[in-house]
Amino acid sequence: MRIAMQTTFQHPFPVINESSSIDSSQASVQDFITLLKPGVLLLVTYTGLIGSLLSSHLSHPFLLLIAILSIALGSGSAAAFNMWYDRDIDALMSRTQKRPIPAGKLAPHDALGYSIVLSITSVVLMAFASNWVAASWLAFSIFFYNVIYTILLKRWTSQNIVIGGAAGAFPPIIGWVSMTGSVSLEPLILFLLIFLWTPSHFWSLAILRAQEYKEAGVPMLPVTKGIGETKKQILIYTIALIACSWLPVFMDMSHWVYGTFALGLDTIYLYYAVCLYRNPDKSACKSLFIYSIVYLFLLFSAILLDFYLGF
Amino acid sequence: MDQPNNPKLNKNLKCRNRALFLVLLGLVVIFYGLAMVRMSGS
Repeated sequence: MRIAMQTTFQHPFPVINESSSIDSSQASVQDFITLLKPGVLLLVTYTGLIGSLLSSHLSHPFLLLIAILSIALGSGSAAAFNMWYDRDIDALMSRTQKRPIPAGKLAPHDALGYSIVLSITSVVLMAFASNWVAASWLAFSIFFYNVIYTILLKRWTSQNIVIGGAAGAFPPIIGWVSMTGSVSLEPLILFLLIFLWTPSHFWSLAILRAQEYKEAGVPMLPVTKGIGETKKQILIYTIALIACSWLPVFMDMSHWVYGTFALGLDTIYLYYAVCLYRNPDKSACKSLFIYSIVYLFLLFSAILLDFYLGF
Repeated sequence: MDQPNNPKLNKNLKCRNRALFLVLLGLVVIFYGLAMVRMSGS
């Protein structure tokens, strides 16, 4: 597969010369699953499920199941589109070289078709399982990730993952709306939590892979402004995240059970962020990146636990 | 199409075809289930 990349920081549309001999006959079922970014899909779907369960308007269990499945499919479709569009960048980075398209196992047009079919299926399923409002939110989130983030922002600005991170923050809203038909304050708080969590999560990874992003021409913050500015921004967003994590308590959405968990989780998060600020080495970056995933999962679980315990 | 000299590829393709069949069957079941639940008044 021959790839000639002519991207610059200002040019969102890569020019790729690909061999037409690639077909998808070597792609396995696992490759099609890999296209969905299963790790991301699970976390995103979990936050969507929390949004649904917190709404207190649960519909028939089968409808709830299909609504959550729709969120999962929507997330997977966006991931597949991202892998299709970023196949030139993926080929240049060791973290992503083994993905099905840069590895030559799957033809790009098949991945694109797969993404399109999944996204349409997810929106249609959501519409039938819940309502058109939730389906619209899901369609918008897919559009936001694919067009706003992947095509426009990622190759253009160092604020790509800050703004584009909104796409990953929509699922709790979608989950809530799928049960209630409308948005309210609670899912917006969950949205804000994920939105403020995204920068420290992605930038800790970006520091680790700064050289690769630079060579691939992706304007991640460590590439454009340096590691010094990035670690400062990570700390700032961490503090903002911690402040936001107390909103559920202040807005009477959650109580002391959640508060106890939030206190512990926030303390650890701040510890890792300060460690990275003091010494942004490989270990500190990796620790914060991995912990950020654990943090989000446990924080949302604490919200749900508090909700069901009802203290 | 099966390639007689590539058993691994044939197994791969069969596995994919089986997965695709299961996915399509699953979609039929899902839409049937949705119709049943909706008709029951949920």
